[in-house]
Amino acid sequence: MSARENILRRIRDANGRAGAATETERRSVLERFGSHPRRPLPAMDWEIGPHFRERCLAMMSTVDEVASVADIPQAVARYVKQKNLPVAGACWPAFADLDWKGAGLSIEARPSHGDDKLGVTGVFCAIAENGTLMLLSGEHTHATTSLLPENHIAVVPASRIVRAMEDGWDLLRAETGTLPRQVNFVSGPSRTADIEMTLVIGAHGPFRVHVLIVGD
Amino acid sequence: MQITSNDFKQAASRKLADPKVQKALRNAKGKLVVARAKVILELDNFEEIREDAARIRDFGLLNMDVLLEEWEKRATAAGTIVHWAETAKEVNDLVIEIARQHQVRKIIKSKSMLGEETNLNHALEEAGLDVRETDLGEYIIQQFGETPSHIIAPAVHKSMDDIADLFAEKHKRPRLDDITALTHEAREILRPHFLDADMGISGANFLVAETGSSMIVTNEGNGRMTTTMPRVHVAITGVEKVVATLEDVSSLLRLLTRSATGQSISNYLSFTTGPKRAGDKDGPGEFHVIIVDAGRTKILASEIREALRCIRCGACMNHCPVYQNIGGHAYGWVYPGPIGSILTPAYKGIENAIDLPNAATLCNQCGVVCPVKIPLPDLMRKLREQQVEKNLRPWTERAGLRVWAWMAARPRVYGAFVRVASRMGKLLGDRSGLLHRLPGAGAQWTSGRDLPAPKGKTFRELYARHRGGKSS
Repeated sequence: MSARENILRRIRDANGRAGAATETERRSVLERFGSHPRRPLPAMDWEIGPHFRERCLAMMSTVDEVASVADIPQAVARYVKQKNLPVAGACWPAFADLDWKGAGLSIEARPSHGDDKLGVTGVFCAIAENGTLMLLSGEHTHATTSLLPENHIAVVPASRIVRAMEDGWDLLRAETGTLPRQVNFVSGPSRTADIEMTLVIGAHGPFRVHVLIVGD
Repeated sequence: MQITSNDFKQAASRKLADPKVQKALRNAKGKLVVARAKVILELDNFEEIREDAARIRDFGLLNMDVLLEEWEKRATAAGTIVHWAETAKEVNDLVIEIARQHQVRKIIKSKSMLGEETNLNHALEEAGLDVRETDLGEYIIQQFGETPSHIIAPAVHKSMDDIADLFAEKHKRPRLDDITALTHEAREILRPHFLDADMGISGANFLVAETGSSMIVTNEGNGRMTTTMPRVHVAITGVEKVVATLEDVSSLLRLLTRSATGQSISNYLSFTTGPKRAGDKDGPGEFHVIIVDAGRTKILASEIREALRCIRCGACMNHCPVYQNIGGHAYGWVYPGPIGSILTPAYKGIENAIDLPNAATLCNQCGVVCPVKIPLPDLMRKLREQQVEKNLRPWTERAGLRVWAWMAARPRVYGAFVRVASRMGKLLGDRSGLLHRLPGAGAQWTSGRDLPAPKGKTFRELYARHRGGKSS
């Protein structure tokens, strides 16, 4: 008997079930997969846009708004200048053709390596409940760009802000059907309180997360 | 991890007398308890979500076999390589084997309490592998050569000064005396290791059966690094971590981070489903998950199975008056506090942790804050009963209880004894009405506290007089 069979048998014994799983037992599980019932949600009687902004700030992200995608480089340049940050970094291919140079920035469309100070990404969607960015890994949506640079700038189309995590899953099921290698929910810059329970921003991930909301 | 739980009383006394530990515990208690109390108010239906969370976990426990099979089917389809381990040793052997297959030299590790259970770091080092903890608290503890004292805040017993000395020595850099600077120095030191490690090892907070995913909850970003940068990723996880749907996890997460650190949400929630996909420019080429029993199915079959609902938030220890005074190390194994007082005897043998189920006042603070409603005091009481049934309690206690049982069944004898004892107590008390030393077995109880001396009449005397007065 393999470890797998032994463990599964002990589980079934412990649950007072003999032999292999019956169809009825399996059906109760598969039905839950099929309907993925929502569990009780907290009251969310707020407006999505303002709440998202408020929660981003509470999670120590910063927020700015631009009218259209073409305005992104200027907004990034403004942010970089204001925080006195380096002007070079990497972005997702979706933003390759923006006029970065015209804004005085040097942003390359490639996965990020350890030395980048700036990473510009989009999002799959954003979640208002806690000011969260939902990011999917993928060929054109490199996971490293939101992880390695000290500064992460996330472009969030206003139309892609949903209420709760459950809405994010629904959107993913509707649009792609399957999960990518990794789905990351990012809420603010990385942090730790492992020394004397004192909060420090900038543990291993970005020191800053800047959310750029596009359009309304 | 080596178990030292039968040294509980001595260890607890040492911790009570250690001013550094006491200072750290006071600091942590203030912050964690207050933060949780505030943040759960964000959920208008916290109790409803909590009730439901217990149901989600119970569904997982009852259907664990089917959920694991379905999880495995989907994980395998996504390219995950699934292993099963019955014992702690099998876990370590599997990880070492995977490391050898891939000519791994350097390993980065994101926090795993299961790894502490199996003593994984030690096994990896014995096998000649370079393994580095990357969660700041775990990194500090590894550098000290110690074990975590809390499941969420492993280095909570260390002061900034301790850590400043440690870093100056280990990093060979000038000593820093600022918490932010120390944190950022650890970031600088660990960054190159993230970039050139061959293998990443993580735990899993949950396995999601409907998608075949494993997920972790982190704040520092080291979890994302560990699961993204090296060419091989191995996740180790207990069988009980499986839940049915993404909706189930989403709901549990609303409670987990709030109960653990008092955060509305953790910085990073990472759901991993398989290795790097065709075209992906980042992510590991191979993803292994090791599903572990190591005592869990034994608990599932026992009268304390609700303990397997645990989602490892640490709220029970943060709110426990015993833990708050002695800290985690006194408990002598991986899990401290009330949940540790249940899991340690269950995993390591009730005779190897004889004091733990008794290291509680049964005040039920733990039961009240547990996000998945584990009836912790009831489970401790069941373990106490098992100790009595198995004759594991000290002979003095057993003899004492037998004498008491004999007396309690004889009202006259009992009344006479209480009368004599209360009179004696009154005589032994000092001017302020306190007893500083009880005789016999009571001496241990009064070694750390005073007992108010009996005053006035006994209950039986008052009752007799009251009844007498009424009937006349």
